[in-house]
Amino acid sequence: MKQLIFRTATGFLLPLLLLFSVFILLRGHYLPGGGFVGGLIAAIAFVLHAFAFTLKETRKLIKINYRLLIPIGLALAFFSAILPMFKGLPILTGLWVYEPLPVVDMVGSSLLFDTGVYLVVVGVTLTIIFTISESA
Amino acid sequence: MLLAVLSGFIIATITPLAGKLFRSKWSVGLTAVPLALFIYFLSFIPAVSNGQVLLFNYEWVPSMGINFNFLLDGLSLLFALMITGIGALVYLYTSSYMKDDPGLDKFYGYLSLFMSAMLGMVMSDNLFTLFIFWELTSISSFFLIGFDNENKESRKAALISMALTGLGGFFLLAGFAIVANITGTYTISEMMGSGDIFKDHPLYIVIIICFFLAAFTKSAQFPFHFWLPGAMKAPTPVSTYLHSATMVKAGIYLLARFTPLLGDHIYWNNTLMIVGGITMVYAAFHSILKKDLKEILAYSTISALGMLVFLLGLGHAEAFIAMAVFIVVHALYKATLFLITGILDHETGTRDINRLSGLRKVMMPLAIAGFLAVLSNSGIPPSFGFVGKDLIYSATLHSETLAIFITVAAVVTNIFLLYSSFLAGIKPFAGKLPSEYKDVHMPDWRMWVPPLICGIAGIVFGIFPMLAEGSIIRPAVSAIAPEVPEFHLQLWHGFNTVLGLSAITIIVGILLYVIFKPNDRHNAWMNKFESFSPKSIAAGVNKLFMKFAVTWTNLLQNGYLRIYVLTVISFLTILLAYKAFTVSSLDINLTKISALTSAEVAVMVILIVSVLYAVYSPSRLAAIAAMGVIGYCICLVFIFYSAPDLAMTQFTIDTLTVILFLLVMYRLPKYVLYTNKLIRIRDAIISLIFGTLITLLALEVHHEPTNKETTRFYAENSYALAKGKNIVNVILVDFRGMDTMIEIIVLSISALGVFALLKLQLNEFDREI
Repeated sequence: MKQLIFRTATGFLLPLLLLFSVFILLRGHYLPGGGFVGGLIAAIAFVLHAFAFTLKETRKLIKINYRLLIPIGLALAFFSAILPMFKGLPILTGLWVYEPLPVVDMVGSSLLFDTGVYLVVVGVTLTIIFTISESA
Repeated sequence: MLLAVLSGFIIATITPLAGKLFRSKWSVGLTAVPLALFIYFLSFIPAVSNGQVLLFNYEWVPSMGINFNFLLDGLSLLFALMITGIGALVYLYTSSYMKDDPGLDKFYGYLSLFMSAMLGMVMSDNLFTLFIFWELTSISSFFLIGFDNENKESRKAALISMALTGLGGFFLLAGFAIVANITGTYTISEMMGSGDIFKDHPLYIVIIICFFLAAFTKSAQFPFHFWLPGAMKAPTPVSTYLHSATMVKAGIYLLARFTPLLGDHIYWNNTLMIVGGITMVYAAFHSILKKDLKEILAYSTISALGMLVFLLGLGHAEAFIAMAVFIVVHALYKATLFLITGILDHETGTRDINRLSGLRKVMMPLAIAGFLAVLSNSGIPPSFGFVGKDLIYSATLHSETLAIFITVAAVVTNIFLLYSSFLAGIKPFAGKLPSEYKDVHMPDWRMWVPPLICGIAGIVFGIFPMLAEGSIIRPAVSAIAPEVPEFHLQLWHGFNTVLGLSAITIIVGILLYVIFKPNDRHNAWMNKFESFSPKSIAAGVNKLFMKFAVTWTNLLQNGYLRIYVLTVISFLTILLAYKAFTVSSLDINLTKISALTSAEVAVMVILIVSVLYAVYSPSRLAAIAAMGVIGYCICLVFIFYSAPDLAMTQFTIDTLTVILFLLVMYRLPKYVLYTNKLIRIRDAIISLIFGTLITLLALEVHHEPTNKETTRFYAENSYALAKGKNIVNVILVDFRGMDTMIEIIVLSISALGVFALLKLQLNEFDREI
């Protein structure tokens, strides 16, 4: 798939899709969306890029090792889960900052948790797809 | 108290971090821990000997009734002193015995873990913590037996002991669950007040079977005894500490602790008497046929444990006194003999009884320790063992049933035990010193002082039995028996039947020692019966089990993906069909279903066309594309019925699935028909039935009045409690956050699995393993 149109389009689509995925993640608490879908969309963006160019190019683009996203995401989710315990509340209690922000509205520990989910999903999907396509 | 019990766990966590320090000569400093604990527990003697029962309560999981409730009465104090006292000697001994071992820090870690677990077990007043500590002793024992983990034999021995004691542990848990259910409490001391509710309870037999299996596996009773000789693969300090003096007595402790609750019943007493009796005679007989010092001691330990169980089974106060005394006697002399064996092995490099002799000339203090231990072991006055044996004989003579028969059994056992103690404690030191051992020298003081202390203690208690009597024996017995008659431990009872029996034991035993020498012929003779032994039977059962597992796995995991799918679908079909046609009558009401819109009809047509295309397409890629279309159509259906979250996720997932399929299938060779027509028809029929059933089920579910309570709860509370308006997301990240947490862990594991499967290149060496 070395078509020029596809490549050019991907160049625009990748950042757009990534932004969209973050948008989906952030609005999740109030409107359809969330970390899981967001993560999948981000993964699709990278897979698209890999199709248009090559896997090597995509790796170069991501820069960090995408497999690292899995432990980072897990740690983030776990951290947000135990955060309330420092305040003497049961595990996974939602903590909130009472200052609404645009798009996100109110920020709470559940957003942190969802971000963890997002990272894990991106990491897992990319790991599986890239590993398979490399060895196929 | 909590700190005292858990101190070993703390050390076990520190040792790997400060490994270097504990491998150096400073390792001897660790001895301070059990020594301090020993002194600490000694300080409770005045209170406990006054009949006090001390309770220490620390909350752990109070909402589930699991707490660190520690109870210190005579019985637990007796065990605690033994654990810490012998522990201190073993720690000291180890620092010299294993000083060149690179894993010394690990060894101390396991040893401390064990000590704490054992202390926790004998002190626990809560069923759950008792169980946890009980299992921890099995686990630490596993690590210690398999300490030499490069040796296949010791790995195997560790596994066998773990399997057997673990099996007992399961039964213990079951027994505890039933007991807790009946009494409604997890606290043992509270149960004690509940009286005789067990003995007439229909589940009584089940309870005692559970307890017996737990105690008999742990305390190596026939026919579960065979793990103990195997466990002698462990380094000598471990054999001394775990497999003779303390851990194997955990089963005895359990039985003694629950005697007031479950005992004094014909099933209880007779089972214990029979099993204990068989064990003590059987193992004592085996002990005289062995040549390896450690094996001799292992079998004589099993025999002694049998004796303890047997005494518990006798079930009267005198037997309990004998048992309490014998626990101390046995711990002291067996620790001495094991420690000596370790030194002999260390210095001469052999444990073969026929090769060791005359070592007194080079190791006098050790010979003295051995001699003292033998005195106590064979029950020769003025040792504590003599006091103990007299008590045993008088207990058997005063038994209500079969007094003569069981007395004979006890005498025979003691004769054999005397013989084996002579082999272990006197034989290596008597006679001429072979020239090859001329250069053998005394080991470091840290090795010979501990057995000497134990040996001397056995004599001191014998000459002054009142030292032990009021302080520890009487409180221990009163914890087991409801009423303890006035008694005094004495060395001299005057001329009576008991003294006569003692004399017979000693004379016959010494005669046997003079006449009978263990040799290979006896061993060969015993080996003829090997195929009937419990060990071989267990090995056979194990083999059968493995065979079954292999057959079963090959049947289900045959490696063909299509067969997997077929199996799963067929099973589900049968299950659904059974449910649908027998349990609930199918009741489908089509009137409630809303009318189709034109958009839905269009989607439906696309769906059907793409399904047919996927089935009939000759090209793999086209079929995958068709599957993708099906997925997108389902997304549309979700959107029609206002589930945007679901649709979004389904959409992305479908995209990725198609990509994945493409990646894998793209490289496959050209599409070939592997199946014949018959198989295809079979598959079609199964799919049709399955599809029909699912459709019926969906219609049936639609007809059922739905319970809106859950939906309402989330609808009402998702904004109030979790400040979110998107209920699906709120459920995911808040209400059921723990589920999501676990789900992402599962995802990560699957990614790891894919990565490992495809990327991990095993080299030749790894493949062989």
